[in-house]
Amino acid sequence: MEFQAPAINIAIILPVVIVAGFGLVLMILDMLMEDELRGLGPWISLGGLVLAGLQTIALWLGGSYETFIPVGGHPMVVVDGYAHFFNMLFIITGILAILMSMPYLIKADIDEKAEYYMLLMFSISGMMLMGMANDLLLIFIGLELLSIPLYVMCGIARPREASEESAMKYFLLGAFASGFLVFGLALLYGATGSTALPVVVENFTAGGVIAYTGLAMQLVGLAFKVGAVPFHMWTPDVYEGAPTAVTAFMSVGAKVGGFAAMIRILAEAVPQESAPIWTTAIAIIAAATLILGNVVAISQTNIKRMLAYSSIAHGGYILMAVAALPFSGDAVSASLTYMLTYMFTNLGAFAVIMMVEKSGNRGVLLEDYKGLSKRNLGMALILAYFMFSLIGMPLTGGFIGKFVVFQAAIDANLIWLTIIGVVTAAVSAYYYLRVVFYMFMFDGQGDLEFSPAMMTATTVALVATLAIGFFPGLWLNLARTASLASQLLMAGG
Amino acid sequence: MIPLSWYLIVSACLFCIGLYGVMARRNAVAMLMAVELTLNAVNINLIAFWRYNNPGEPIGVAWAIFVLTVAAAEAAVGLALIISIYRQRDSVVAEELDILKY
Repeated sequence: MEFQAPAINIAIILPVVIVAGFGLVLMILDMLMEDELRGLGPWISLGGLVLAGLQTIALWLGGSYETFIPVGGHPMVVVDGYAHFFNMLFIITGILAILMSMPYLIKADIDEKAEYYMLLMFSISGMMLMGMANDLLLIFIGLELLSIPLYVMCGIARPREASEESAMKYFLLGAFASGFLVFGLALLYGATGSTALPVVVENFTAGGVIAYTGLAMQLVGLAFKVGAVPFHMWTPDVYEGAPTAVTAFMSVGAKVGGFAAMIRILAEAVPQESAPIWTTAIAIIAAATLILGNVVAISQTNIKRMLAYSSIAHGGYILMAVAALPFSGDAVSASLTYMLTYMFTNLGAFAVIMMVEKSGNRGVLLEDYKGLSKRNLGMALILAYFMFSLIGMPLTGGFIGKFVVFQAAIDANLIWLTIIGVVTAAVSAYYYLRVVFYMFMFDGQGDLEFSPAMMTATTVALVATLAIGFFPGLWLNLARTASLASQLLMAGG
Repeated sequence: MIPLSWYLIVSACLFCIGLYGVMARRNAVAMLMAVELTLNAVNINLIAFWRYNNPGEPIGVAWAIFVLTVAAAEAAVGLALIISIYRQRDSVVAEELDILKY
């Protein structure tokens, strides 16, 4: 058999190549370099991410929307507006996470510096693959590349027992979930005879029961990754035990990555006629996620744990948009907008939390926020603004996100789900505002630890959240353009 | 030739054994072994589907190799975590990992 090298257009997948390549470079440098030079790790990875970001922007403006890596004649990677949008999201998440990690790792006495940034880069490249994947095999690889570095990052604060324990729990449940996912994907492959999503959709109906079983099992796997009820059990423990910088990165990156693949599969690999079946399932999961996440968050006393339940709930809002996918043309852009606002708001809130936190995992209880306004009014106001944005108050980014998601759900005639969404959003105001109440109504002591990197990250997140809140048109347009310039099947085309 | 469905049944059984193992076993090493069983079930599926449905395209075999690689990576990370925990507490029983709870 003669081997023919496939025609690969490297330029188009360059962002992922750059990120993964810098990860590899860091791995080698980590072994070769003297200890003093290992401090360069974060700067090298920041440089890589900026390069990858510039390349993504160039591709996006250049309008090159596809690449063909033929496996049986079908593209394995699709670089469309949707993929560009997610790539930018992951790159910005990475940059902010690195800025927050630099001071945090010093504070938390974690000295495995270059190693940490290497893992972060690999995880980001996995996330980017999830957004670009147009093939079942690549979705599996992207998910593993996203997850395996994260397991290690959770445990990087060893020998702190909470960190090790969270890594262990995340690993066991995450590996179990990827078993589910890949079993489901294998069944889809068997039922449809191909791994390429465009072929899967053609043969899906003929695949019958096996195809549906496969679809359900891979959804279970992805639901684990995004922390949807009833597969959310790991979330609070892992978020609480992991170093806060990792929690911040994971709460955005892993969740958004999971949704990137989920939306791609549901919109591209599943035919319209089976929509009523899976949308009902997703809508029920969304409702359960919204209710459980928001209600259980009320009783939390640890702010990391509270934000874990809050992030479960935010996953529920994104699931609302996913359930609306086949019935509303705006559902994809609504979920993109929601993830954009969630990213900036959540990362910003975590940045302030890291400033309040003390070494040794202290300073993470709600009590520690008492009197923050008297100690530092500026930071208290910023955190309050992020909390308002997480609730979804008008003039914050979070409001725009919630608004478009509810609109998409109404378009799709999911009125009952919208009502649950609105009511649970009102419930969420209780626990978010409690933080604000503690900050402004009590007295307390303790200093905040400032650092230039952390301040930069906070400022970026704050400005972006403000910008989305006050000038929503620009961002909505961006999300809509991105979703239209993709191959996703949507209602009415 | 043995029909395809036999392979699928074997693989489904293997997957269920793995599922049971993860849920019922309390030892982290045993849970890791159960996870590996589920991945092996996937491999049986992939190879069987490839052989019966489209032996012309190598994607099914390639996928199985990727699953093997991932399983190895997961085992490496998992065992490292288990050893690191064992050094701290002299135990790898899941129920004793209880610092984090509400």
